[in-house]
Amino acid sequence: MSSFKSPRIDRLIKNLYQEMPRIESARASLITESYQKTEAEPLILRRAKAFLHILTHLPIIIRDEELIVGSTTIAPRGCQTYPEFSYEWLEAEFETVATRSADPFYIDEAAKKALKEANRYWKGKTTSELATSYMEAETLLAIKHFIFTPNNYFYNGIGHLSVDYEKVLKIGYGGIKREAAAKLISCRKGDGDYAKKSRFLQAVIISCEAAIIYANRYAELAAQMAADCPDKKRSEELLQIAQNCRHVPEHGAESFYEACQAFWFVQQLIQIESSGHSISPGRFDQYMYPYYQRDIEAGVLKKDFAQELLDSIWVKFNDLNKCRDAVSAEGFAGYSLFQNLIVGGQTQDGIDATNDLSYMAIEASKNVLLPQPSFSVRVWNGSPHEFLIKAAELTRTGVGLPAYYNDEVIIPSLQSRGLTLGHARDYSIIGCVEPQKAGKTDGWHDAAFFNMCRPLEMVFSSGKEAGLQIGAATKPVEEMNSFTEFYDAYKEQMNYFIELLVNAINAIDTAHRERCPLPFLSAMVDDCLEKGKSVQEGGAEYNFTGPQGFGIANMADALYAIKELVFDKKEITLSELKETLSLNFGKGLSNNQLRLMTTGIAAELKNAGQEIGEKEVAAIMQTLLETSRHQTVKEKGERILKLINAVPKFGNDIAAVDNFARDVAYTYTKPLLNFTNPRGGVFQAGLYPVSANVPMGTQTGATPDGRLCGMPIADGVSPASGRDINGPTAAANSVAKLDHFIASNGTLFNQKFHPSALSGREGLEKFVALVRAYFDQKGSHMQFNVISRETLLDAQQNPDNYKQLVVRVAGYSALFTTLSRSLQDDIINRTEQR
Amino acid sequence: MTAGRIFDIQRFSIHDGNGIRTIVFLKGCVLRCRWCCNPESQAYDIQKMLVDGEEKIIGRDMTVTEIMEIVEKDRLYYRRSGGGLTLSGGESLCQPDFALALLKNANERGIHTAIESMGLVEYRHIENILPYVNQFLLDIKHMNPVKHQAFTGKTNQLILENARKMAAYCKYARTELSIRVPVIPGFNDTAAEIAPIAHFAGELKTVKKLHLLPYHRLGQDKYQALGREYQMKKAVPPTDALMQELLLAARQASLVDCQIGG
Repeated sequence: MSSFKSPRIDRLIKNLYQEMPRIESARASLITESYQKTEAEPLILRRAKAFLHILTHLPIIIRDEELIVGSTTIAPRGCQTYPEFSYEWLEAEFETVATRSADPFYIDEAAKKALKEANRYWKGKTTSELATSYMEAETLLAIKHFIFTPNNYFYNGIGHLSVDYEKVLKIGYGGIKREAAAKLISCRKGDGDYAKKSRFLQAVIISCEAAIIYANRYAELAAQMAADCPDKKRSEELLQIAQNCRHVPEHGAESFYEACQAFWFVQQLIQIESSGHSISPGRFDQYMYPYYQRDIEAGVLKKDFAQELLDSIWVKFNDLNKCRDAVSAEGFAGYSLFQNLIVGGQTQDGIDATNDLSYMAIEASKNVLLPQPSFSVRVWNGSPHEFLIKAAELTRTGVGLPAYYNDEVIIPSLQSRGLTLGHARDYSIIGCVEPQKAGKTDGWHDAAFFNMCRPLEMVFSSGKEAGLQIGAATKPVEEMNSFTEFYDAYKEQMNYFIELLVNAINAIDTAHRERCPLPFLSAMVDDCLEKGKSVQEGGAEYNFTGPQGFGIANMADALYAIKELVFDKKEITLSELKETLSLNFGKGLSNNQLRLMTTGIAAELKNAGQEIGEKEVAAIMQTLLETSRHQTVKEKGERILKLINAVPKFGNDIAAVDNFARDVAYTYTKPLLNFTNPRGGVFQAGLYPVSANVPMGTQTGATPDGRLCGMPIADGVSPASGRDINGPTAAANSVAKLDHFIASNGTLFNQKFHPSALSGREGLEKFVALVRAYFDQKGSHMQFNVISRETLLDAQQNPDNYKQLVVRVAGYSALFTTLSRSLQDDIINRTEQR
Repeated sequence: MTAGRIFDIQRFSIHDGNGIRTIVFLKGCVLRCRWCCNPESQAYDIQKMLVDGEEKIIGRDMTVTEIMEIVEKDRLYYRRSGGGLTLSGGESLCQPDFALALLKNANERGIHTAIESMGLVEYRHIENILPYVNQFLLDIKHMNPVKHQAFTGKTNQLILENARKMAAYCKYARTELSIRVPVIPGFNDTAAEIAPIAHFAGELKTVKKLHLLPYHRLGQDKYQALGREYQMKKAVPPTDALMQELLLAARQASLVDCQIGG
């Protein structure tokens, strides 16, 4: 496979990254204008008309030298806002959003003013407000105490979907419009569901028209720019762009270039309709291939130009952006939109699907070296060796891409959730690691982060925190006599919170259905047209909800240590452990911990009839601080930490610990399967934290695995940071011992390598062998950071020299220097395998 | 059950031999090379070493079964990469029965075997293990017996003699023979010293590869930890340019496939 990179690509990238991304107000103003005019109409039509209004008036721009056009903001990498989901947080953060550590955005005064004006309309009308009113009091309490966080969909659109790109390429929005119109005609006006169905189909038609109008605006702009352009070559390019945009996406694509442009409009426009991220292109190499093959065979497409088009699309993925609230920004750090594009794998018939475009997609990721798209490869027993070697070459660049996925686990796993064999074989990945069948699924992947460490804290406090009953009122640990009793209490806390988690998620799900159905998105998902229902109302063929748990390594190590030290060897008692945990092993209390404990003690004293004023609270705090610094507390903490550190840990290929970890993971994955969502689907667990293990770690006290208060929680299914000391094969063997099949919403395994491990052809061969052998053992996903510790430390010191340094964070890559300091530290501390 | 003394087992070793390997480091050595990066490997006795302020016991006795249990854990990685078990040291042939038992056991299980050795033992010990060795990585440090003795404590005559015998054996066996040369500043880092080694390797006829391994200082801290003085304090690792020059010299002196690094 020859490699080619057009000099244009670096210039496109440079243009994109010249300034801090910016928030623009046009979309917010336009949607508000439209909503104000349509108040008496059915919601689904209001959504469609607003989409039409936005696409008719949103300012458009063709950036210098672009071959593929379609930009959501005038500023490069800018973002629009979506007040229909939530807006308060942004107004509250207007003054800090440009200076915050994770993902800052610039916003000018005019935009602030326009947004404030538009936002006024949305008071009481957002999905987040409705969702809150659907949640139970104990659910809100659990969220407030950081047991889990459903913030993402609480404040934003859902996204996390891969549409039927193939259909738009084939018949265009004109074709889909005709399909909807035909369905509309066939509906009987006397049917009970006619009102809903007909309005939905009309909304689809309007949405398709909106997309066509938008593309034609680009055609006009390009034609006009061509006329004004003194450079003949660029002028010709612009004329070609004009011609493309007139033809697609209204009609089916007739060339590879048109298919590329049509693809891009689909990708971009879905992200104008809603703020949901992880809009994933899926199997790009499969649905684009017929157009490529036809043009290559007809001799009308040069391979280098095809590569240039691919590279151009890859750059465009990074032009889209999203501003999240400060807390979520920490959890999804790195301006990532998680647009997951996957190549390789099998066809629906089970033969290898790798083609020229699969290799060229790897090349594109290598050419641009940018965080987006989140690039993935599928691996199965029949994957060509050279394909994996090429993928390994990309890994070696240190960009954190691709992520590797194992067909041999994911296909049966999806079948176990009701997908047909053909659909399961056709899976692609959404966002970080979540598998689904594109164009037929609403997976609600990434529905929430569930911190498995917090329920363990609740076992020690019998469910109490800061004087409130947050969790289940399990027996005091002092009265527990066996490990089984302790473990059962943990399970009880888990079950209690999992039900609340489901309550929170289903509340949000319901709110989206009732406030923000998406007709444009639904036009590209089966069986919405047939059912006459939007995706949000359960129109998709497959419906799931996938919230992800994390902290398995910590909980496995913690519970194993308790079993061994407290019950088997009787070296410490549960009450000793409880005390040293609450005092952070004598290593000093965090402000958060101190505040929670003070409030808790004050509440207890109050209940006992004591007068508690400000003075008393201050006294309690002082006493706690002094106690925590006491020499005996420190010594005892040291002693217990030493004992804990000597207990075997997950990640070292020790069967007893690893099997234990497998069981601990079940405390999350199994109970979830008992729940259903409002769209008629089931819950399925994921095991990955995106990057929430760092911020949610700051809300978590010391844990019995020896993790100190406030420190990051283990990421994904990977061993706890620095605990795996027997090298990558041992770590991989341990992780493979978890049940990856049951976690059908995806698992995430990070490894970090020193560049020397991948040097030369031999290094690549050994790397591929490592991936293969992990997958032989039925691991599901693997991703790598190949970068030296020295480089990362230097990047922390001299961020200006490393503006383009991309690293793998969790299920995605991000620019290292844009990450918060603590997340940077977390990445540096992941065990490095030489 | 055969048992022996080791000081480390290192999994996912990718810079020594084919594929992904597990290296078992046997304790005890006949030489006392000044540059040795594993000084804790030299004495057969179990030792104490200070690591990060804490005393660490170096060396433990393990049975073949115990070791093979660990080696087995990465079987899938060997299969996918063509790797396997490597014996290293110390000088692994200082415990000939133990080395033989390990190699034989792995061989019977179908695990690829390699050994890193100086070959400084009675030839019968080498002869015994050869049928069970897929890859023999033989260290040859210098052709001059006097200089060899000065820097390592022993002359090289037996090494060279054994090399010739092994090479002859390899003519009719499946064992792959490679020569490894640590490039040590002030000892053998000149073309005039490397070339004869390469020439010798070529004369042996059956040598598949010659590796030039640049000196590194990674072992330095261990000397202090053992309470010993590091005699190579002033040595600077060879530059890339020098390594290239030596590689060229080696290539000119023989037809053996020469490379830098393992």
